[in-house]
Amino acid sequence: MEHIEDIEKPFRTQELTISMGPQHPATHGVLRLVLNLSGENVVKCTPYVGYLHRGIEKLGENRTYFSALPLSDRLDYIASMNNNVGYVNAVEKLFGIEVPERAKFIRTMVAEMGRISSHIVWLGTHILDIGATTPFLHSMAQRERLLDLFEILCGARLTVSYPRIGGVRNDVSQEFLDKLYEFVLEFPSNMDNYETLVTENRIWKHRTVGIGVISAEEAINWGLTGGTLRGSGVDYDVRKYAPYDAYDKVEFDIPVGKNGDCYDRYLVRVGELRQANRIIKQCIENLPAGPIMSDVPKLTLPPKDMVMKDMEHLIHQFILITKGPSVPEGEVYMGTEAPKGELGFYFVSDGTGKPYRMRVRAPSFVHASVLPRLCEGGLVADVIANIGTIDIVLGECDR
Amino acid sequence: MGLITTDTTGNQLVEVEEGTVIMAPNIIITSMDKLINWSRRSSLWPMTFGLACCAIEMMATYASHNDLDRMGIIPRGSPRQSDFMFVAGTVTKKMAQIVRRVYDQMPEPRYVISVGSCASSGGIFNTYSTVQGCDSILPVDVYIPGCPPRPEAFIDGIIKLQEKIKHEHFRWSRWR
Amino acid sequence: MEPLEIVEKIKEIFPAELLDTKEFRGQVSITLGKSRILEICGYLRDKPDLHFDYLVDLCGMDYLGKKEVRFEVVYNLYSMKHRHRIRLKAEVSGDGPAIDSVTPVWRGADWHEREVYDMFGIVFNGHPDLRRVLMPENWEGHPLRKDYPLKGPEKEWQGFIEVLDKAERFREFEWHD
Repeated sequence: MEHIEDIEKPFRTQELTISMGPQHPATHGVLRLVLNLSGENVVKCTPYVGYLHRGIEKLGENRTYFSALPLSDRLDYIASMNNNVGYVNAVEKLFGIEVPERAKFIRTMVAEMGRISSHIVWLGTHILDIGATTPFLHSMAQRERLLDLFEILCGARLTVSYPRIGGVRNDVSQEFLDKLYEFVLEFPSNMDNYETLVTENRIWKHRTVGIGVISAEEAINWGLTGGTLRGSGVDYDVRKYAPYDAYDKVEFDIPVGKNGDCYDRYLVRVGELRQANRIIKQCIENLPAGPIMSDVPKLTLPPKDMVMKDMEHLIHQFILITKGPSVPEGEVYMGTEAPKGELGFYFVSDGTGKPYRMRVRAPSFVHASVLPRLCEGGLVADVIANIGTIDIVLGECDR
Repeated sequence: MGLITTDTTGNQLVEVEEGTVIMAPNIIITSMDKLINWSRRSSLWPMTFGLACCAIEMMATYASHNDLDRMGIIPRGSPRQSDFMFVAGTVTKKMAQIVRRVYDQMPEPRYVISVGSCASSGGIFNTYSTVQGCDSILPVDVYIPGCPPRPEAFIDGIIKLQEKIKHEHFRWSRWR
Repeated sequence: MEPLEIVEKIKEIFPAELLDTKEFRGQVSITLGKSRILEICGYLRDKPDLHFDYLVDLCGMDYLGKKEVRFEVVYNLYSMKHRHRIRLKAEVSGDGPAIDSVTPVWRGADWHEREVYDMFGIVFNGHPDLRRVLMPENWEGHPLRKDYPLKGPEKEWQGFIEVLDKAERFREFEWHD
């Protein structure tokens, strides 16, 4: 009899503290969460970051504007191109350089390629974390094509450092444009394939609809940007409201969600993939002719072939590389729309060739801070869905 | 003993022990070193452990296009089940403790591949928070250069590790 | 609203706080005293025609030997409704740097302020959870200060020394062929 009474007593649970990460396959890098669990429910969630803090901001202060460019690649290493574009745009604003039209279009085009390659990794890994392996393999194969295109463009697959202050490194070849156009034409049907696998999938919907809901007002107050904010129904996109490069000359829509849950954020990013594809197509079709670097000898690097031939250019190159450019004193904040959200660079110049302060406003850092708000009160299985959906990269978060 | 003889029906026979005769094609004579090293290098299971940029290229190497499964390599989520570890990315001082702990949890024999210039030497991050080369805290077997290395370089690094395992002696022995 | 109009608005309400206004490349930054920063931020968010609901960025600055007041905390603000932006800079003195936290106004300031505390050692009064965020808890010094060397101080961090010791201790068990 005693035995039966024991069973009928309400099941007692005791609060359990577990540490998830920094080595955990589903934390997308070296994020660590300390979860206080009561049974399956998350009572408290405390994120710990900084496991990839490499001192990029401090290092940036010790380098000239030109040699700090490769550091920006390693911020959000899934979309290096967008970081480069953000960096050079901020520096150009500080210098006061106008970039030639062709370079602007090329930059817009490659930045959108970066967006596709970033979102496609997000798509694959997020779905993999939740339990479906097939889309991961499909999307990584698709991404490989884009990386090959980057390789044709500049020789590197991941850390590209292709844009330069005042333009881009080299002109695009016809072969590259042809292959990219082929990719662009095929991409929508590939997206349809992925969406058939996932979007209306019942398991997927059970795992994401109504999970990690955040209202529009709250999302703005938390400082969320990018797809994470747009999932809550705010149509804030830096490309639309403070256009840089050639974004004011191409047509695109901003996909916006309604409920602010994981599913809506998923739909927004899938929409963004299609819009990015649309932008690339327009850029290839409307690519203007002309120079690819602005010609300001005191502030931009001279063309490489001229450096080899001409004394004047060689001197410019030497002075710019060793001493850095002569920059006016001042400070500039410039935000660009990276795949993760608003990536801002804030430069303070004291008139020397090195930035006095280089501040990176990293979207992932802000998004990681909102994790407790999303996870607390939910189930422990939803923590994984929430980490995936805010789309963080720890390289950028920790800098 | 050991000599191959032919019986009356034409079968090749060999006497492996006194009084035990078996058919010749059923035996392989090799050393334990070769046998164990062969089995060990043919199914290397890495620890899934990404640190920074190189982890993305590592992911690309695991995934469909380069497909490491064909080399018997299947990423494992637990250090207890893995044979080697990619240190893929910048090791910071804060992370060094965890990297070392993961390594300590792996069973012998265990190997370490240091991927990329950051893990091998600190790379461009010569700062206050970065470990200048993970070989200061771990015994590294193979270094893969690159920032980040290409998937081909990853595969080459793994082949290098396989060669290294191939030439090991007495690692299976309890006395070593 | 034009940035300079916003400056006028702040001048009307808080005339004593406004120290300096600078314009560079079309971006306006206002230097303020630190004493009423929370009030000013609350005003900027709640006034309907300003409505700065989005804190873009909050970061620290160290002007060691360049300015009289050593530290600054920089607030980049944006309004989702009116699409205008402004930059506030609050001066914080070098000895015992402290300033009011703006987390009651923008929840997103939480981690930014922790980072400034971590990197510059500026204390934020009224912050809900002021701990180091990027560096380990027992790290000495504040890395982004100008007097902090790039490669770190001579004395190695205790946690890393432990790892090095451990690696050294276990080295004799390593496999050599």
